[in-house]
Amino acid sequence: MAAPKILVVTGNGFNCERETAYAFDMNGGNSDIYNMNYIIEGDIKLSGYQILAFVGGFSYGDHLGGGKVAAVKFRNNLKVELMEFVARDTLIIGICNGFQVLMQLGILPALNGEYFSVKLTLAPNNSKRYEDRWVQLKVNQSSNCIFTQKMDRIMLPVRHGEGKLFTPDIETFEKLLFNNQTALQYIDPENGDITEKYPYNPNGSFRGIAGICDPSGRIFGLMPHPEAYLSPYNNPDWTRLKYKNSVPEEGDGVQIFRNAVEYFQ
Amino acid sequence: MQYRVEVANRPDCRDVYGESVCTDIRKFLDLTVESVRSVFVYILDVPLDSSKKDDAVREVFVDPLTQDYSFNKLDTGKFDWCVEIGFKPGVTDSIGGTAREAISDILKVEFEQQQKVYSGKQYRLTAPEMTRESVLSLAEDFLGNTLIETIKVQSFDEWYNSKPDSALPKVKGTPDYRLEKIDLDIGDEELMALSRERSLSLSLEEMRSIKEYFARDEIIEMRKSSGIGDKATDVELESLAQTWSEHCKHKIFNCIIDYEEDGKKERIDSLFRTYIMSATKKIGEDVDWLLSVFKDNAGVIKFNDRINLVYKVETHNTPSALEPYGGALTGIVGVNRDPMGTGLGADLLFNVWGYCFGSPFYDKKMPSGLLHPNRIRENVHKGVIDGGNQSGIPYARGWEYFDERYIGKPLVFCGTVGSMPVSINGNPTHEKKIAPGDLIVMAGGRIGKDGIHGATFSSEELHEDSPIQAVQIGDPITQKKLYDFLIHARNLGLYSFVTDNGAGGLSSSVGEMAQSSGGCYMDLTNAPLKYQGLDPWEILISEAQERMSFAVPPENKDELFCLAEKYGVEVTVLGEFTNSGIFHVIHKDETVAYLDMEFLHDGLPQMELKARWIPPILIDPEFTTPKDITETLKNLLGRLNICSIEGKSRQYDHEVKGLNIIKPFIGVERDIPSDATVVIVEHGSTEGIILAEGKNPSYSDIDTYHMAASVIDEAVRRIISTGGTLDQAAGLDNFCWPDPVQSEKTPDGHYKLAQLVRANKALFDFTTAYNVPCISGKDSMKNDCILEGKKISIPPTLLFSVIAKMNDITKAVTMDIKLPGDLVYIAGETFDELGSSEYYRMVTEQDENITSAGKNVPKVDPEKALKLYRAIEKITGSELAHSIHTPTLGGLGVGFAKMVMAGGYGMEIDVSSIPTVKCSEPDKILFSESNSRFIITVAESDREAFETAMGDNTFSLIGTTTEKPELLIEDGSGNIIISSDIDGLRKSWKFTFKDFFDGSS
Repeated sequence: MAAPKILVVTGNGFNCERETAYAFDMNGGNSDIYNMNYIIEGDIKLSGYQILAFVGGFSYGDHLGGGKVAAVKFRNNLKVELMEFVARDTLIIGICNGFQVLMQLGILPALNGEYFSVKLTLAPNNSKRYEDRWVQLKVNQSSNCIFTQKMDRIMLPVRHGEGKLFTPDIETFEKLLFNNQTALQYIDPENGDITEKYPYNPNGSFRGIAGICDPSGRIFGLMPHPEAYLSPYNNPDWTRLKYKNSVPEEGDGVQIFRNAVEYFQ
Repeated sequence: MQYRVEVANRPDCRDVYGESVCTDIRKFLDLTVESVRSVFVYILDVPLDSSKKDDAVREVFVDPLTQDYSFNKLDTGKFDWCVEIGFKPGVTDSIGGTAREAISDILKVEFEQQQKVYSGKQYRLTAPEMTRESVLSLAEDFLGNTLIETIKVQSFDEWYNSKPDSALPKVKGTPDYRLEKIDLDIGDEELMALSRERSLSLSLEEMRSIKEYFARDEIIEMRKSSGIGDKATDVELESLAQTWSEHCKHKIFNCIIDYEEDGKKERIDSLFRTYIMSATKKIGEDVDWLLSVFKDNAGVIKFNDRINLVYKVETHNTPSALEPYGGALTGIVGVNRDPMGTGLGADLLFNVWGYCFGSPFYDKKMPSGLLHPNRIRENVHKGVIDGGNQSGIPYARGWEYFDERYIGKPLVFCGTVGSMPVSINGNPTHEKKIAPGDLIVMAGGRIGKDGIHGATFSSEELHEDSPIQAVQIGDPITQKKLYDFLIHARNLGLYSFVTDNGAGGLSSSVGEMAQSSGGCYMDLTNAPLKYQGLDPWEILISEAQERMSFAVPPENKDELFCLAEKYGVEVTVLGEFTNSGIFHVIHKDETVAYLDMEFLHDGLPQMELKARWIPPILIDPEFTTPKDITETLKNLLGRLNICSIEGKSRQYDHEVKGLNIIKPFIGVERDIPSDATVVIVEHGSTEGIILAEGKNPSYSDIDTYHMAASVIDEAVRRIISTGGTLDQAAGLDNFCWPDPVQSEKTPDGHYKLAQLVRANKALFDFTTAYNVPCISGKDSMKNDCILEGKKISIPPTLLFSVIAKMNDITKAVTMDIKLPGDLVYIAGETFDELGSSEYYRMVTEQDENITSAGKNVPKVDPEKALKLYRAIEKITGSELAHSIHTPTLGGLGVGFAKMVMAGGYGMEIDVSSIPTVKCSEPDKILFSESNSRFIITVAESDREAFETAMGDNTFSLIGTTTEKPELLIEDGSGNIIISSDIDGLRKSWKFTFKDFFDGSS
């Protein structure tokens, strides 16, 4: 089968477009990078793509909230096209700032398949600050998330100041857990248990939730950055692993993008 | 219609921002504040129908799940004091700008330029013990900065009984402007008065040259026929002052110096040409990878057949002293524009930062006008973090250095590495040429009074109608858009030349570009302004940020303009480049500048200065040392210049772009600063670069020659210890000096200039010895302040940064001990040269009877060092070393501690086995900061191969690594002199800044 076409959305402060495009392409995908203005103004059509990637960064400087203004732009100019895209057999990934955009748009969590209804927010970290650190994560084996198939325990870097999955409405959380939409969770590296404890859970997210999917498993949003761990030499421990003959074959982020590409093959 | 909106978190949702402010107030100011509620304030001065206002506000400003809003005062319950902070007129308000764009998009209406959204914030304090006075000082000294912000304090009752303040911080400019014509046929005193009054910063001799130019017959003739008239205009004087400024012309580095040392006299015609450029030229005769040095905004070197590298490090000291956040933010986004404006424009890859501050724990009364070092430190970090993170550029190196003499003038170093394809459409990217007829195009932000005479801050009180002039505040997102646009336009080949608009504004950028074609015809009439009321000279020299100037062939104009619109970047044609030989500027159909290009760029008379080297008289401290020096090591680990600064560093993104291989912090707990950082430049490649730096201003107290030698050696040996080579390594020199010009204010100018001469001599000697040519540099020469009548000068500071190619990043080495049972070696010799070492400085600070921190500064033997470095290159090339660390401040003792903390394994060391020269006491051996040394761990099985590779270089086996997480050092006679578990070492090392980073709650 032909390589799936991936649209990597950037511009206006998004900034992880190159490594994200490379992550798809190294797995046989065919990525285009476009400034979001080209998409909003109709020069580039979503209909030509199978995968849509909202990348990390600081869209509009995160002024007024992470992903907030980018979401305003998409909602006001591209809602119909996005609804059509979601209705097709397509995939969407939102990473960090891109995840915030998906949440602000209500494309996630889409409880009961209700897209464009805002149910959750990514609130400021309990630590009160932006942080860059590597975390250990566990994939929910009961989740149908396409992106996290064939994966179990991984490590990835987080780099955010607003990543705490939050709603005052506890029922929303219960539904999310019940549906196994919680695809990825922070764990304590000592015992492998899901954790709400700093720094293993860098933001205080409820039940250590780091990434969620929609009920269909085709839309995935996560705070950690899989596209920042593609080369095994991105691993912060590789100089030590080298002397235990256990430098990994590839970075833990690769499989997420491979799963996406393989979905279409 | 105008609306004021207040937004705050609902009571059932944590107000993390308010909590964070509250914690900081308690921590840093020791004030009793029970709680802080944060409220965001927006004033909408845009046409918004009242039926749509709720929808628009909800969509743009409010998180419906967690926040409430009100068009009146938002009730958040009882509090004691309300502090409201907003921007002063004309100050960049990025949040307001973004909100305006969002509302415009929702309404599908293009707003007029003056229709704006303004942002502000409120802090509602529950603090019954605080008085109005203490709240006001909290507000002015901590929460806001009166230089750029308006601050209002109200008690609860006042707040409750008053209407919310909807005053707009609008600049009330009028369309009037002035052009002054100035008669220069005046005496010396009047010339100097003119220079002073207009903040031209020109010397008498320079003013005289200008006077002489305007009096030349042929110039008078030329000016008459051009219609400008014989008198100089204010535009011309300001252009000359900018072009001839210390900042642009490096007058001290290019002056003639009569230098005297040991009775020998020497006449140096330009430090820059004699020592820096000539060293690079000499090295350049033998290497083929120097592509563009000292002529563009940043140096360019070859990386491989596809990619060239670009590197520049800048300082932004004065602005950071006055408005640390804005100054540092401008510093980092400003230096990004150097690679962007180098050649045809570089892709930005990595930032570096480094700061010199007074102690954050400074507990004496601060002299008025100076900000406390802790406040400077907090906000400088915040500025560089925001600038780097929001631009999506990871940092590769970061460091801090503390000395009380930086209290009046902090140093803020910011640098950027970029890359560019070797060629685009067949044209080499590191070259650029303007053809006459190419259009002058300015892109990016609009022009305001920002940063006019950036160097000479006016003390004039700012009032409502006066826009801020002193400090520019960067807007990373405006620049990110400009950058995305620039790279796309570069790849399409739409322009022939690009440079950044930094110091001196259009005057400098277009003035310099015009040298390529031989002249320009620039019309300021259409220059995009933030507000009305700028005189033509202000438009020309404004340092408003986020702007680049391009030369665009006329046939590409339409395509470039379409592209710019797509990227949301404003572009304007400001005339065209010519070959007339004239810098010709017009405004509203009137010629306002008509200067001979040659005079503008080469008319500056060369300064002549004297320098005399008299070595200071110093003695070594005398003190008794306990047998067990574990506590000494722990105290050293806690010293400001050695302790952990991980907390702040972690708030900078160092992973974005996914190119990071050896990170700025390493080890099992990822908290130990690496000797050097290794990165790749292309995804999927194992070809990379190493970045490292050296700095040690305290050695300048003894001799700047050895300071500079040590600094260069440090940067170079960090590359070596990380597995790099010197085959393709380039340097960057950043000199920050106190004023070295002898005058009434600077009676020791001859000595300070001699210090500069000696540092430059070392720069020549050691860059040529190591084959590490400088490719770019920067100097900042007036880092002094008057403190209660007493002048405080910074210690002469040289930052030497190195970028080295690494052919195979999988061979990179880190300092963390990898396995127990490895052999520990020392390579290199340890001397009794603890002068100005951290150890002697600590001893001096602890004992008031000791007045001198030593006389023997560490020296470098370049031949021995280079031979050793070549041996280590072979060892790392054949992967014989499990770990390597090169000790710096605190010497071997601190080095061992870092290695055990990084690896989690212990070490047993016999101090008597360490190779020394005339140095026998264990404390001196362990804490001497001698250069050119390495601590290396090697597998027992590689012992022979390692020792063979070391050849006849000085080295010695001094111990082994252990499973037990403990550092044990004995004196050779069976006495343990240092014994600590790793946790104990780490505790001491992290204790100093422990209150500055507790991410736990």
